Amino acid sequence: MNKKYTSCSLLLCSLFLTVFLLSFSPVSAQTEQEIIDSVNTIVSQQLEKEKSPAPPTEVEAVDKPNDGGGAVLINWTISDDGADIKGYIISRSESEQGPFHDISESVQGSDSYTDNKAIQGVTYYYQVKSYKDILDLNNEIQRITSPTVSTGPVVSTAQWFNTDRAWCLFFVLIISAAIIIFIEKAKKGSSVYVRKIAGIDAVDEAVGRATEMGRKIFYIPGIQDMNDVQTIAGIAILGRVGQLAATYETWLEVPVSKSLVMVTARETLKEAYTQVGRPDSFQEAQVHYLTDDQFGYAAAIDGMVVREKPATIFYMGAFFAESLILAETGNAAGAIQIAGTAMPSQLPFFVASCDYTLIGEELFAASAYLSKEPRQLGSLKGQDVGKAIFMAAIILGVIFETFGIWNLSQIFLVK
Amino acid sequence: MSELIGVWLAALLTLGIFSFLYKDNPIYKICESIFVGVSAGYWAIVFFFDNIIKKFWYGVFPTDNSEPNYLLWFGAFLGFLMLLRLSSKIGWIARWPLAFIVGATAGLYMMIYFVSNAMLQISSTMRNVVAVNPETSAIVWGETIGSVIIAVGVLSGLVYFFFSKEHKGVFGQTAKVGIWFLMITFGAHFGYTVMSRMSLLIGRVDFLFTDWLHLLK
Repeated sequence: MNKKYTSCSLLLCSLFLTVFLLSFSPVSAQTEQEIIDSVNTIVSQQLEKEKSPAPPTEVEAVDKPNDGGGAVLINWTISDDGADIKGYIISRSESEQGPFHDISESVQGSDSYTDNKAIQGVTYYYQVKSYKDILDLNNEIQRITSPTVSTGPVVSTAQWFNTDRAWCLFFVLIISAAIIIFIEKAKKGSSVYVRKIAGIDAVDEAVGRATEMGRKIFYIPGIQDMNDVQTIAGIAILGRVGQLAATYETWLEVPVSKSLVMVTARETLKEAYTQVGRPDSFQEAQVHYLTDDQFGYAAAIDGMVVREKPATIFYMGAFFAESLILAETGNAAGAIQIAGTAMPSQLPFFVASCDYTLIGEELFAASAYLSKEPRQLGSLKGQDVGKAIFMAAIILGVIFETFGIWNLSQIFLVK
Repeated sequence: MSELIGVWLAALLTLGIFSFLYKDNPIYKICESIFVGVSAGYWAIVFFFDNIIKKFWYGVFPTDNSEPNYLLWFGAFLGFLMLLRLSSKIGWIARWPLAFIVGATAGLYMMIYFVSNAMLQISSTMRNVVAVNPETSAIVWGETIGSVIIAVGVLSGLVYFFFSKEHKGVFGQTAKVGIWFLMITFGAHFGYTVMSRMSLLIGRVDFLFTDWLHLLK
């Protein structure tokens, strides 16, 4: 409607202008012709601008592959007069007859769109049209769209296997096989060497110090829940610390910030005390909940450390901004501190303020190192095999990339 | 009026917590107890309404026309088993949901960590270590040195985290290079994070001087 209106008004204006010029202006025939030509040029340019853009071609909607359902991928070939086109409008309907509702606009040059709001199992039809924006004679922006191109039906479904991750599966299987082999070997009595980890060697010393001083041991398992592997690793180390504390009859206190961690820590400590023959020494009050709030938890532990002056503090798990607050207070209280975390941003604070720090994977290796249990030692050895494979892959990949032999990195590039 | 009381309360509690910088004192103890108690209560209510009401109750008995999600009963059942800890006779059953949580977590996160911490990092490390300008064919030294540092840093770091081989000889020296890379990285992180902590302090001081004392506009 706007387009027709603009065209008609343009033509009328140009006609009026021509008649006006021809009737009243004292100009020569040559000049008259030039005026008519220039007006015609303006009119034809405006009409050209107002022409509909070319629609996209080969529009196709397919279920997005390798996903968990709920996504449809719409592909098209960009329109011939791509330079003028500002973008594409994508519409969706559950019926071929419509009504179609606009769901997104893609920018110029794009040739695909992923509808992530599709519902799994529902049949959809899509329409794609190109558009361009022009300035009319009133200097207002007018949007002109191409004829729509329809596609469908398409149904979004979930796939059982993500074929993009086939290489992941391959490497996981290799590492898993290595782990199983070394676990079996360790079970059969084959010795597995584990290098010295200074922070873990200091656990006995730290517990012994608390015993000699007659003070408490604090064990802080981080502020994450049981769905964090660092918390799980921290709880595994708690078992060993609990055994030592039970043996030396030293009070071990575990303030936690998550209810599930509290339950798990209690079970772990109970078992640890039972294993060293002191089940009666364990008291549930040793593991107690403070608050889920990060800084509320930090404030409470700070107060406890300052008032009760523990001889030893362990920080094992996932920590965030509270790490330095806790470790600095412990340091000021004169406690021997052993920390372990895989949070790269918090490790510097523990390194600076604790006596020993388990860096990253050392935290996960610690429970194997402490327990010398065949399953854990075999698992550690199997993981080292995985690291060796990856190191070899990196060296080969760098050589291949540098000499332009083959792009090995594509194997490891997971979408 | 209520806003004024809120500002005064927040300011006094802030100063009370700051008083810990001098030494432990009764005012800090009061502020600490308020902080811990209020936050524990707050999170208990948030978790109750977010999980029990919004996720479970409205999921099983939807108020709109959506289909009920009966799978949520499984989660509720596991939650119920957790409560059996309160019984001394059958409290051991509470270990089952715990085992489920730990096992499911390990399985679910295995691929996520493997992809982000192993596959993608390896892919990013495989770089051309001799960067050449395609137009002039001259070596781009900045990019070249950067790529070499990344490759050496990753490889020596991996050697440091090798647990089943003794760190001595060439292997030990490489591990030492790895720990140097780690320490330099930690130093950079330390400086960066200290600056972000300073911004938290500035925010608090800004509150005291602007909202409370009105000394700053």
